[in-house]
Formats: sequence, C-alpha cells, structure tokens
Amino acid sequence: MTDIPQELKYTKSHEWVRVEDDGSLTIGITDHAQGLLGDMVFVELPDLGDEFEAEQDCAVVESVKAASDIYCPIEGEVIAINEELEEAPEQINVNAYHEGWLFRIQPLKENNFDDLMSPEDYAELVESESH
Amino acid sequence: MTLKETPIIKAHQDMGAKLVDFGGWNMPIHYGSQIDEHHQVRKDAGMFDVCHMTIVDLRGCEVNDYLAKLLANDVAKIIGKPGKALYSCMLNDEGGVIDDLITYAMQDAWVRVIVNSSTRKKDLAWMRSQIGNMAVELNERDDLAMIAVQGPNARELAAKALGDDIDGAQALKPFNALLINADSDKERFVARTGYTGEDGYEIVCANDQAEQMWRQLAAAGVHPCGLGARDTLRLEAGMNLYGNDMDETQSPLESGLSWTVDFSNDKRRFIGRSALEKQKEQGINYKFVGLILKGKGVLRAHQQVLIENNALTGELTSGTFSPTMQQAIGFARVPTDAEDTCLVAIRKKQLEAKIVKLPFVRNGKVLVD
Repeated sequence: MTDIPQELKYTKSHEWVRVEDDGSLTIGITDHAQGLLGDMVFVELPDLGDEFEAEQDCAVVESVKAASDIYCPIEGEVIAINEELEEAPEQINVNAYHEGWLFRIQPLKENNFDDLMSPEDYAELVESESH
Repeated sequence: MTLKETPIIKAHQDMGAKLVDFGGWNMPIHYGSQIDEHHQVRKDAGMFDVCHMTIVDLRGCEVNDYLAKLLANDVAKIIGKPGKALYSCMLNDEGGVIDDLITYAMQDAWVRVIVNSSTRKKDLAWMRSQIGNMAVELNERDDLAMIAVQGPNARELAAKALGDDIDGAQALKPFNALLINADSDKERFVARTGYTGEDGYEIVCANDQAEQMWRQLAAAGVHPCGLGARDTLRLEAGMNLYGNDMDETQSPLESGLSWTVDFSNDKRRFIGRSALEKQKEQGINYKFVGLILKGKGVLRAHQQVLIENNALTGELTSGTFSPTMQQAIGFARVPTDAEDTCLVAIRKKQLEAKIVKLPFVRNGKVLVD
C-alpha cells in the first residue's frame, strides 16, 4: 500500500503540500508518484524568488524512465529549495515526504486551501487510477 | 482489454515485480529498482522474461532463397552452418525498416527467426506475403518461451542452475546457438546472444517449463530484471530499439545499421535494395551517433539536436540516464558533417552534448571518454 500521511494535503497531479507554522507551504511528490516514476536521476528546481500561479509548472523531476512536470499547488513565491536533491535525487525515492521535499513557497494571497485534496480524497484518486 | 501474460507471470508476482502494460503484455518493469538491476547485469548476472518476443520457424527447401530476398543482411553468411546467428533488418520496398531480427541457422532447410513483440502482426503478414510460390513453411512458435540470462557470471550460473538441460552450451562461441535434446520434451535452444552488451545466453524452452527454469536460475543467484533495466543496458551497449531508433519511415543507412546491409553480392536483389542504392546515389544526409550530455539533465527521444553553422537539425531517437556512466546518454540522427559537440534542446534550454561513436559500454567497460 502506498503511504499517504494524514497531516498533509494533496493535488490531483500527485504533489503533497505541508502547511508550516509560519504559513509557508512545503511541496514534494507523493510516495505513489515516486513509485510510478521509479529511480530518480535528475531534479530541476525553481529559483528563489520565482513567482508562480496555481497549477503552473514550476519544476521537473526525472527518473530513468520519464520526465514529469511539477505544478505549483497555490499561487506563491519560492522561498526555499531542496538543493541536496541536485546531488542526491534518489532521496525522493527513499523518503518522498521528508528528505525528498522539493521547494517551499509563501502564498501571495490569503488562502484556505480549499482547492487542495484531503488524504481521503487523494487515497481515492490513487485507488481509481490503479484500476 | 485483457493483457497477455507470459508463462512466468506467477514467479514475477512472487518476486515483487512492478508489472506494466508493455505493448499489450503484462510485463515486469522492475522488481524494486531498475538501476540496481542494471548494475547486477553489468557486474554479476541478471535475467529477463522475453517470452513476449515472437519466435518463427521457417522450413523448406527454398528457405535460403526466401531469406536472401527478405533480409537486408546476407543469409549466405550462416547457411550450412547450423548454430550461426545473423542480425538483420527486414525492409519494405522504399528501404524503410519493417523490423530488425535475429536469424539462426538450425538445420538444413530450417531457419529460426526472432522478431519483436510490438511488430508481431505486421511482421508475420509481411513474411507470409513474401513467400509466394516458394517452398517455405512459416510456423509461429507460440508454444515456446524465452529467458535472457545476461552478465559476466551469467553463463556460469546458468550452467549451475540448469545442468544437463543445457549441456554443451558452455562451449558456444559468441553469436552462436545450439539445439539441445531436440524433439524431446526437454528440448532447449540456447544462443550466446543478448541485448545488454554483456556475455550470456538467450534460452528457449517449452512454455510449461519456463516458470521452473526461471525459479531454478533465481535459486542459483541470477537476479530477476525488468524491462526498465533492459532499456538502459541496450542503450549503453549501443543497440537499436525498433520503433525508437528506426522504423518504416527511416533508412537503415541513417539509423546506424549500414553494417547490417550487405550489398556485396550484386545478384542478390533483396527487398529495399533499389531504394537504398538510390539513397546512396543521392547522398546520405544524416549519420547515427551517440550523445553524452556534458552537464546535468536527461536526454530523451525526440529532443532536437542543433549543430553550429548548420541549417540541418538532428533529433534524439533514444535517451536515458546511464547508470554505469552516471551521465545522460542517447542516440541521435545528426547531419553527416557534425563533429565533437552539439546542442540539445531540453525544455527551455540548449545544453551542450558530446558526439561519440557507439557503443558507450561493452562487457562492463566504458568505451567513450
């Protein structure tokens, strides 16, 4: 079974989102997504200060098998990137929810994250896609 | 649509395979990590379920004449030499590649051909349509299964695992094959061939014995490997993949396959010959090369290749991240005068790549700088 932590929010494009205490959002790809892509070999992260709209492509993760775009879940400005992935992209395979985080954004507007999915809804999406 | 399954499916599930739809077949893509599986084959021994490939037996007193016409390589090289193998393309009248295949001389008036799975239907239709009045009988052997055992220790471990079942195979020379226990239920066809750039065997047996053979090999220490590793291994080894690196719209002469097209016998008018001769007369515009990306990133099929001071552009036909070299590598069709370096368009960037001669890796060793 794929790991879907209860404390996170999710997108239909298989990103996870953690709301930090300071209101910023940490973003990565889910365990299910890394399992589908397989061994990661390259990550292209946004630059600090880049601003993205919701659902805009802002990063790329590449496994041996395929390249996959990462979409910004909420309009925001990039305030941190996981530079360690440049040398060790396999961290995404090892632990997609911790060492495998991709970047952090500061939302540009007040947001109640209604557009993001709950763990239950995401689990349903994963289930429906595997049939 | 229900996916087709090979006779080894149960063992794949038991061994933790991640199964995917591969051209209508439910096949293992990996058993955990395709990079680990890749290294197993380069350093030790791995095995691949290749039962989805199509085995065809051609028999009859005119089989040699038939293949002389059907194949771009000259079957005369292996005729009368049971056990010899020959790699060739099968071309259409325009000189495009219908498929690539391996031909094995079995006995007098009996040749075995192994073609790709994705092209099975059109290959069989084409091969049947070319028989005409010739005394050739075509028989698809879907009663047979095939396992590829590859790696520096593959032959030793296969001998340990399969013992008398493949007796005599140890003495095979590269690109030779042997029929063992013919016409018995223990019949094995063992070829010292493969698609990884490593030593090893491709072993054919009856469908109902394939799962047991797979388990025996695993018990002897041969690692199950998925089709993911098969692709990175063949790319490092500089081996073409049908549908990526050549197809019916591409000439073998611009796909790195000139060495398989044999023009030497003027009288042998194989299918596609006239078209290729015309191409040669008019001039070949592209050559087929290896690319190594200098910086970080991954090369992929269909990325555009730009050459300085050249209006003609090239294109990647295959690309991946090489686990052995820890760099992105690929094959590309580039203008014939391209040398040393080029630029590859990857998303919004143009990244520098080195142009090299294939292959990248053979028998565990990196052959390019």
